[in-house]
This record gives sequence, structure tokens and C-alpha cells, in this order.
Amino acid sequence: MDFDADDFFRDDDDDLHNQFSLEKETSKEFVVYLVDASPKMFTTTSPSEEEGKDETHFHIATSCISHSLKSQIINRSYDEIAICFYNTREKKNIQDLNGVVVFNVAEREFLDRPNARLIKEFDSIEETFSKNIGSKQGIVSATRENSLYNAIWVAQALLRKGSAKTVDKRMLLFTNEDDPFGSMNGAIKSDMTRTTLQRAKDAQDLGISIELLPLSCPDEVFNVSQFYADLIGLEGDHLVDFMPSAGNKLEDMKDQLRKRMFTKRIVKRIKFMIANGISIDLNSYALIRPTVPGAITWLDSVTNRPLKSERTFICADTGALVEESSRRFHPYKNQNITFSMKELIEIKRVSTGHLHLLGFKPLNCLRDYHNLRPSTFLYPSDEGMDGSMCIFVALHRSMIQLNRFALAFYGSSSRPQVVALIAQDEVIQSGGQIEPPGIHMIYLPYSDDIRLIEERFSDSSGMVPKASDDQIKKAADLIKRIDLKDFSVCQFANPALQRHYAVLQALALEEDEIPEMKDETLPDEEGLARPGVVRAIEEFKTSIYGENYDEESEQPAGKPSETSRKRKAIAEFATKECGNYEWGDLADTGKLKDLTVVELKYYLAAHDLPVSGKKEALISRILTHMGK
Amino acid sequence: MARNKEALLLLIDVGPSMHSVLPQLQKVCSMLLQKKLIYTKYDEVGVVLFGTEDTNNDLTTEVGGYQHVVVLKNIKVVDGDIVEALQELPRGTVNGDFLDAVIVGMDMLIKKFGETNKGKKRLCLITNAQCPIKDSFEGTKEEQVTTIAKQMTVHGMRMESIILRGKLTQDANKRIMDENDRLLNIFSKETSTRLLYVEDSVSLFGALKTRNVTPSSIFRGDLELSPKLRIKVMVYKKTVEEKFPTLKKYSDKAPPSDKSATHEVKVDYEYKSSEDNDKVVPPDQRIKGYRYGPHIVPISAAEWDAVKFKPEKGVKLLGFTDSLNVLRQQYMKDVNIFIAEPGNTKAILAVSALARAMKEMNKVAILRCVWRQGQGNVVIGALTPNVSDRENIPDSFYFNVLPFAEDVREFQFPSFTNFPPSWQPNEQQLEAAANFIKMLDLTPQGSEEVLLPDFTPNPVLERFYHYLELKSKHLDAAVPPLDDTLKKITDPNADLLLQNKSVIDTFRTSFELKENPRHKKSRRLLREKWAVSNEEEGKGGITAQPANLIEYTSTVKVENIGDLTPVQDFEAMISRRDSPDWVMKAIKDMKNKIFDLVEDSHEGDNYPKALECLVALRKGCTLEQEPKQFNDFLRHLCNFCQEKNLRSFCEYLASNGLALISNTEAADSEVSDVEARNFLVKHEPKVE
Repeated sequence: MDFDADDFFRDDDDDLHNQFSLEKETSKEFVVYLVDASPKMFTTTSPSEEEGKDETHFHIATSCISHSLKSQIINRSYDEIAICFYNTREKKNIQDLNGVVVFNVAEREFLDRPNARLIKEFDSIEETFSKNIGSKQGIVSATRENSLYNAIWVAQALLRKGSAKTVDKRMLLFTNEDDPFGSMNGAIKSDMTRTTLQRAKDAQDLGISIELLPLSCPDEVFNVSQFYADLIGLEGDHLVDFMPSAGNKLEDMKDQLRKRMFTKRIVKRIKFMIANGISIDLNSYALIRPTVPGAITWLDSVTNRPLKSERTFICADTGALVEESSRRFHPYKNQNITFSMKELIEIKRVSTGHLHLLGFKPLNCLRDYHNLRPSTFLYPSDEGMDGSMCIFVALHRSMIQLNRFALAFYGSSSRPQVVALIAQDEVIQSGGQIEPPGIHMIYLPYSDDIRLIEERFSDSSGMVPKASDDQIKKAADLIKRIDLKDFSVCQFANPALQRHYAVLQALALEEDEIPEMKDETLPDEEGLARPGVVRAIEEFKTSIYGENYDEESEQPAGKPSETSRKRKAIAEFATKECGNYEWGDLADTGKLKDLTVVELKYYLAAHDLPVSGKKEALISRILTHMGK
Repeated sequence: MARNKEALLLLIDVGPSMHSVLPQLQKVCSMLLQKKLIYTKYDEVGVVLFGTEDTNNDLTTEVGGYQHVVVLKNIKVVDGDIVEALQELPRGTVNGDFLDAVIVGMDMLIKKFGETNKGKKRLCLITNAQCPIKDSFEGTKEEQVTTIAKQMTVHGMRMESIILRGKLTQDANKRIMDENDRLLNIFSKETSTRLLYVEDSVSLFGALKTRNVTPSSIFRGDLELSPKLRIKVMVYKKTVEEKFPTLKKYSDKAPPSDKSATHEVKVDYEYKSSEDNDKVVPPDQRIKGYRYGPHIVPISAAEWDAVKFKPEKGVKLLGFTDSLNVLRQQYMKDVNIFIAEPGNTKAILAVSALARAMKEMNKVAILRCVWRQGQGNVVIGALTPNVSDRENIPDSFYFNVLPFAEDVREFQFPSFTNFPPSWQPNEQQLEAAANFIKMLDLTPQGSEEVLLPDFTPNPVLERFYHYLELKSKHLDAAVPPLDDTLKKITDPNADLLLQNKSVIDTFRTSFELKENPRHKKSRRLLREKWAVSNEEEGKGGITAQPANLIEYTSTVKVENIGDLTPVQDFEAMISRRDSPDWVMKAIKDMKNKIFDLVEDSHEGDNYPKALECLVALRKGCTLEQEPKQFNDFLRHLCNFCQEKNLRSFCEYLASNGLALISNTEAADSEVSDVEARNFLVKHEPKVE
């Protein structure tokens, strides 16, 4: 068996890596957004006027798409997309079909990776729509015109690119018309229905999935079974819960649509060994992972062309070029102990790659500091056996009921680890799933990973002050005052990331100004200045600090800490030493390089300059400071 | 020399009652020193034994007394000699007096270091504290211990007491044990002593802290509740992952005679223009490019500095919220701890009051943190109370990083309530599951929690250290099997399973594992599956329209090879003609299936099925003129089996006459008849 060395020696981020490799191999995604642009989509039927909003379904659909494009360009920019309106006045598509416009920008194919220009122009679609595209009911009985049929055909043609094996192909259909052929009757209606369904089926046979994102009006719920259940192949129970019990709020609807637009990706398939040969298959998903700005590509600053990096291995003893060595070594007891890759892999293989159940513990045994990395979500694989689904559900339910979590050993190849498995019940809020049902796998630290900070700062005099009941009560009052009622974990956008992409977008589009981002993470100053809050803070302050808190905090410089005193001493010493040199002369005669680094640092320290870097850096810093 | 250099004195009880655990102690202690050899090789170590037959220590010669205490190794820089000595601890004959040993140890440290090395002198006492200590000449035992403890503090020594209990000891006099516990408690109160009770061998491995990293704070300053109220705090890391050591690349180019050879490999990176392969671009001519979709946007470091997000340093409170609003699985990273500035009574009180109030009210605080000036990002996290139940440890907070909106992927999963009835457990099954959970309890009543993370060693690292030691003696030593103690971490405890066999059996029989007949169909459309199971109802629900004449629920085409009828699935799939891709997919899936079968095979139980599949694959490949696919696969499979100790499978194939596809069967094959037939036969003896 051959092995990839990097595979076993990379860091703890293996979930992340796995996920990327999985994405690259199997699930690149091609998506066509099909947006109904019929006049009905532009009526403002929402009763949310009390909120002062007047949104059309068209707006909801486009803003969802725009939102998903923006996150897609960050996360999965290799996926390709096309945006397609139907029931339009104009037509623009390869087949030259009526009532269908494929929205696009210059220098981009119809189905292509999203780019900055597309995102920017799509952001202003609502202003330009009526002028450039126009809305017009395209299903006309008299002319037998059928824009829905056309739209699916156009989308299918767009998705012809690429093989179904390596690419996930999807159509996402946004509409608020549950019965597109409702205005017809008799033979025409059945004929149109039949041809449209056949069109959809043909597409599905080619491996394209069609997903419906229905928009319902509050007074008239979107009835999937009218027509679309057949189109997307919905039946039975699933039909019933396809429409979440009609979240009437537009905000919720938006939220739900956005969630549906992403497909799940399995990170790994895991076998969960329970006991005595009972095992169930699980799929693992990464529901929470830090999003980081994309990788850096080095460019030639003259041509702006990407550079290739080349790695060479040089033997430190002989200077000869060597092949990448398959042996590693570690110094130990004055000798170099060498290992082959095989041996290293063998060391790490302390268990099979599966998840072994060890037992159960009450939830309060899982302390807040038992954490190292983001958790992984486990959901039973539907490829398994009936019984294993049943086992999963039964264990899941009993664990919740008994308030226990499972302890298991996860023998992954990169870092085998003890994990806690916490059952999470499904949480549904206003018709949408907030927390999916399943099990979260939390990676626990080993004893060597835990530091004993509390003990280190224990007081050897034997007693440390603890708060009195009155002080605790004052603190409780304060806590009640500054309460975030509806706090939800993902309510803050990452300001650094937002800024990063705003800058990139502005530069990519060669805009002059970079839009200012609002930092949502700053504390609510107004709220904190409310009289009730201020009073609670004052009372708490008085109960702990007495009357003279302000004086104390105003004079932090009164008793400087040990380090700052040290720093000051160094600076004084440096200033003194610094006076012994004729810096100007030395610089003019180029003799600075004859001084030692220590001597150079006297100058830097005396002038409050950074003292880091190599000797050349120090010299150039001194010269710059002297203005030479 | 190293700033963190520490002096450690091991005080080991080797009296008769300890004999049963000494083999494990030897392992643990030598492991400790091996780690020191790797990470802190300038540390100094000494070993004192008590409960020995002999007596050998300075105090005896100087002042008399202190019988049965032997200084095995004087304090010296750690080396292989001490490791070896610890692997062969003598068995003592006398009940040891741990207090004598502590005094001898203190004396050694004082003589060697005097007043220097404050805080870096450590005593580590390992005993079961079952034997009484001698009465003192003056005052009670308590007073004596208090005096010693005071001295310890004066000299800046730390002590760690590891007390073996539970499974690791035999029955002993309860009264003596209680007295000793009380005495040891004085140490823990009066000095910076960790007092640990260890009940099983796994915890013993985990209890000995090996690396004493001096923690450095990641933030010192104000925890700002409001602009008017700031509490002085320090923030440290509470958990940090101890990584597998980074090994260096080895070069064997240096001549063996060269003693000073480093054997290191330097890695050099060169950036070359993509058009001209010979042109190396110097560092100052490079510029960073960031990806934005298909664009790569070049930005120089200076430009970037001018526009990037620059938050102000500081830790600010956003508010308090119900602890239910923050879920455990949302913790993102390793954990920090907030402690009040030591010595600042007011700050300690403020932290204490908040922590206790938060605990009472079940609240967490949400903070926005910028640890350093110039940090490029902010951190949002939850502060949870850590109320101390010990008098000399102040209350503190734990801090866990929470995700931003961008970090959360809002995938939807089918609700369990929507599962078909066959997936829903019934009353009896639920009860079996509940019993199973209750019985496999790792927090047995009356004893310590099993596998507490704080006492669980990392099996991979332990194994690596062990192997390193073995290799230092024999360069070609094989990787040692995982230590039996460590196996208790990676595998379920066999005793626990055995005790609860009946519960597990009930659990097992309540859920008959039968194969899911539906799983053949497309995975992508999960809903389709339910549709099939609810076929009847579904049909009734939709009014008959002409459109329904289209066969919608017609036989679903095989798109996957299942577990139940792989051969049939394969045949159906390879003969699908709606796309040429199916042939390759069928072959590929079948190969995977065969691999799975062979790999999962237990004592050959899957071999017949695997052979069946192989025969089908062979037939399919011959028909479809893809002989290379099959031949390459068979070769690969055989190699795989040779390496995986599954040679029996190759033999099984050979005995059933499976051969490569020869060029007489399929024209494209590069294999001759004879070669084909002999493949498995001649393959056996050697490993390719």
C-alpha cells in the first residue's frame, strides 16, 4: 500500500483538509438559479407593513441569490453558476427561446465561476431589471408559449457542461406561482403540464436535480401538490413537511431559503462500534469551521503573473541536492534516532480508524475547558441498515433523556483522540430548523494538553478572598441589567473577513473607494449608558471597590509592574551607553556595520525604535531614523 | 541555560504494600524521564526511595534517624542512567514513612540549590499513604507537617503528591489512611501542592505532569464591563494541544565517519515565473495576490496595512445571556482562562462575585476580545464561571471562542420524526437503549470518574517516547505494541462489558440488524426513498391527471452497488445504456465493493461473496472489452492482501481458479494465457 507522507504529518486541521480534498474530487457544483420574473413576483403582498418593509418576492429571491453568491465566492469559488430569469419581456439565451433571459456580464460564460463584476451588477438588478429585461407573463394559452418549459430547457442546456460523475448539477427554482398553468384549461393545460414534466424528468435523468424554493404569500400558502410535487418528485410524507409550516415572516423565509441553497457535504464516513459487534455507519459533517481569507498566491510584481514555487532539498552536511527523504530523525540521548515513514505511521495507529464506544457519563462531567477544536457533526448514514437507524435514534433519544454523553475513542490517522458524543435534539423556530438532530463529536484534551493555571496562581498564604453574598447579589443585578435576550451564536459577521473581501472586491472592480464596514462586534454603548444599567454598574462597583474606585484605576502608573520597571531600566542604560558613540560620524563613514548588534541596539532602544531583525535591518533602521 | 530548567526529586514508596503497582510505577517514572530527555534535557532529577531495607541518606549520617530512606540517585542532569535505574526499582521490605522522605528530599534540594531556583524545585511524592508516619518528638504530627510545609514555601519548593487508591491498592487500615490524608491535606493548603488521588493505572499514567511549561499570558489588562467599570485580569491558555514532535528530515549523504555531521536536510524555496522556468524571481520582486473568485488581486504589504481591519486592543463585555443560548458544540478552539490579577484583592473579589452570580443564574458573558495591539481580527467568545471549591484557589472564568456567522454552515437534516416507522424505535427498544446507557457508566458510585481528560495520557505520544527509548538501544527495534494500560483508552473496558453482558445482549437482540433494502437507489434524492416507502399513500393523494400517465414511480434505475445483491446490481448497472459513463462507474463501484468485502472480512467470512463479485467483474470486463481494468485491479488487490496479512484471500482465489483476463479472451489484454493462469500461483511467495 502506498502512502502519502503529508497525510500523516499534517496538523490537527485534518478535518479541514479532508473536506477540501473531498470537495475537489467529487463535489464541484454547477448551479442554475431559475427566477420567476412574472408580474406576480413583483406585487407587494406582504402584510409586514408594520415593520415598514415593502418587499416583493422578486426582491427576496434576488437578495438570497446575491447573498449566496457572496459567500460562495469566498468559500467555494470553483463552483460555477448561472442566473436565469423566466417570464421576461426580452430573451437572451443560446437556444433563442422566448421569455428567458440568462443574466450575465462581460467576459464571462453563461455558466461560469462567479466574479466580482457579476456580483456587483447583480446587486443592482432591481434597478436595471425593468429596463433591460422586463417582466411579462410568458405562459400564454393562445400562442402555446411556455416559458417554464423554456426555462428548464435553457438551464439543462447550460448544465450540459462537465460530467455528471464529478460535478453536482442543480437547478434552483424560485417562484410564487403554485399553479403555473392555472389560467389554461382542457387539452392545452394537460398538454403543457405533460411536456413540462417530461422536460424536467429528462433533466433529472441526466443527473440534474431540480429544487424548488417556493415563496408563499401570507394569505395564500404555496400549494406544492398543485403542480410542483410532480415536477420535483415529491410524494407522501415528505410532501407534507416540504413546506415548513409556513413561516409568515419574510425574514424567516429568507433565512430558510438561504439554508436550503447549500448542499451538505460529507467529510468522512465513520463506523461507530458500539459493543460486541454492533456497529452503525455514520456520516460526519463540518457544521462549524473557521472561515479564513483565501490562500495567498505569489505574483511577479512586474507582470502580475502568478509564480511557481519550487522546493529543493539540500543536504546540510554536503550541500548536495537530495531527493525528499523518507526517513526522519529525532535527537535523543546524544544520538540521532531515525524513523522510517512506515514506523511513524505504525506508531500513530493505536486503533482502527473507527469510533469505539467506551461508555457514558453525565453531561456535567464535560467541563468547559474540555475542548480543543471545532466539533464535528454526526448523522446516521441512510445507506446502512434499518436496525442501525433505529439504534441511532434510540441512543440519541435516551442520551438526551438521561442527560448523558458518550465517551468514545476516534482513531483517525492524524490524531487519534478521545471524544465526547453529545446528542442534540432538533430545534425548530418559526418553521425552520435551527439545530439539526444528531450527535456532536467534541474532541477532548489529554492530560498533557491541560495546563494547571489555577493551581499556579493559588495563594500560598492559604486563603484567597471570595465574594460575599451581598456582592454576589449586586453582580446578579448587574447581570440582569445587561442581558442579551435573543443572543444567537452566529449573529456577528467577522469584521476582519468582511473588510478583507470588501477590499478585494473594490480592488477587483478598480473602484476608488473601499466601502466602510460596520463592526457589529462592538458593545452597545447606548444600551450601556441607560440609567438603569449605569446604576447597577455603580452599585456593583461600590460593593466591591468602595468609594474610591476611580482613583485606583486612574493611577495605574503609580506602581509599575516588574516588567515595565525592567524595561525602563534597559532604556535608561541604553540612553547612557548611546551617548558614548558618535552616531553621525559612524553613519557617514559607513562604519555602523563594524559595531556589534548589541551596540546598535543601544541607539535603537534609546530612540524608542524596534530592536528586532537582522543586523542589516538594524542599520537601515538607524539610517532611516537619522534621515540618511 | 534554559530558563525553564527545573529540579525534580522523585520520592517513591517501595514498601511491601506498593509491590503490586511497582511495575506500572517503573513505566510511568521512566516515561517521565524520557520525556524530559526529549523536551527539557537540561532539567535535573534525583530519586529517593523509602520503605527500603537499607538506609542511605545524608541526614542519617549527619543527625541520625531517617531509617529506610535511600537516595537512589543524587540530583543530576537527566540521563539514560537514571531512566535505567527507574526501570529496576528494588522492592522494599519495610513500611515507609513518607514524611521522612519528604524531609530528606527537602534537605537535598536546599543543600544543592540554597535559596536559588525559586519555584523551579519540585518534589514528587508517590505513595499509597497506607502506613503511619512516626510520632514526632515534639508537638503533634499536624504541627510537624505544618512546620515542614512552611519551610517548603520559604524555599520556593512545589510538591506534587500522587496517592494511589482504589484498584491500585489492597485493603488497609482506614484510620491510618484518614490520618495520612489529613496530613497530606495540610501540605496542599500550606504550599503549592497538587494532591492527586489516583485509582486506576490509566490515571496514574496521566497524573504525572511531565512538561512544566511556564505559562505566558496572552493578555494582561482590563476586562471592560462598561467604560466606567474595568477589572484587572490576566488571560492564559487553559488547554493547548501537545503535538506529535516535529521530526527532521534525515540525510544519509554525509560519510559515516563524519562525527559532526548534522544529517539535516535544508528545504529551499524558489519562486519562478510560470512562463520562463529558469527565471528565478527575487523576494523583493514578489507581491502577494489574494483570490477573489477567478480573480487574483495583487496587493502589496504596505497597501494592505493601510486598508486592513485594525481593531483596538481590549477585552469588552457585550452582555450576559442565558447559558442555553450557547451550545457546547459551538466552542471553536482551545480554551483560555481569565484570572484576576494576583494580589489585587478588589479584582479577585469582582471576578468572584461575577462568577458566582453567573453560576447561580446560569448565565454566560459574551466578550469581544482583541488580545494584542495590531492583531488583525477580533474574537467573540463566551465566558463561563469556574467557581473554585478550594480556599487557596481564587475563582476564575473559562473563555471559549464562538463562531462568526461565516463559520456556521446551516445544513438541514431530516427530522427524526419524519423517519419511516421501521427506523423508529419502539418502547422496548428505547428501554434497552436506556439500560445500556445506564449500565455502561464511567462514573461509578463511590469512586473516581474513569477516563477523566485531566488524567488521560495521550497513547500516541506515550508510544512514541517508548519507541524512541527502544530505538536508542537497538536501532532496528520494531514498533512496540500499545501498552496494556493505554489500551484502556482506545478500547472499551473488557471488564465493564463482561459485567453487563446481559444488558448488552438484550440491547443487541432488541435491534435486529437487517439490511436496508431501499439503499440501492439514488442517495442524492433522499426524499425519493421515503416516497417509495410511502408509495401507497402518495399515489392516493394526488388527483389523477393526464400528466400522471407518465410513469413516475417506475422502477428506479440502479445507480449504486449495494450490499445485498452486488452482483445483480453490477450487472444491471453495466448494461445500462443511457450513458456510456455507467460502464466505468459500475466497474469502479464494484472494485470498491470488493475491497470493502475483503477488508472487512473476519476470518474469511466474506471471501465467497468477494469471489462472486470478482467473477462478475471479470465477466463484465471481458464483455465490455476492459480487460486492463480487471487485470490491474486484481494485481493491486493481491498486493494489498499481501501487505495487509490477508494472504489467505489470495490463496482462496488461487484455489478457486480465478485468473487474469488473457488476450485470447479479450483482444486488448496484454496478458498471455500462461501468464494469466500462473498469476496467483507465482505471486504468492514474493511480495512485489
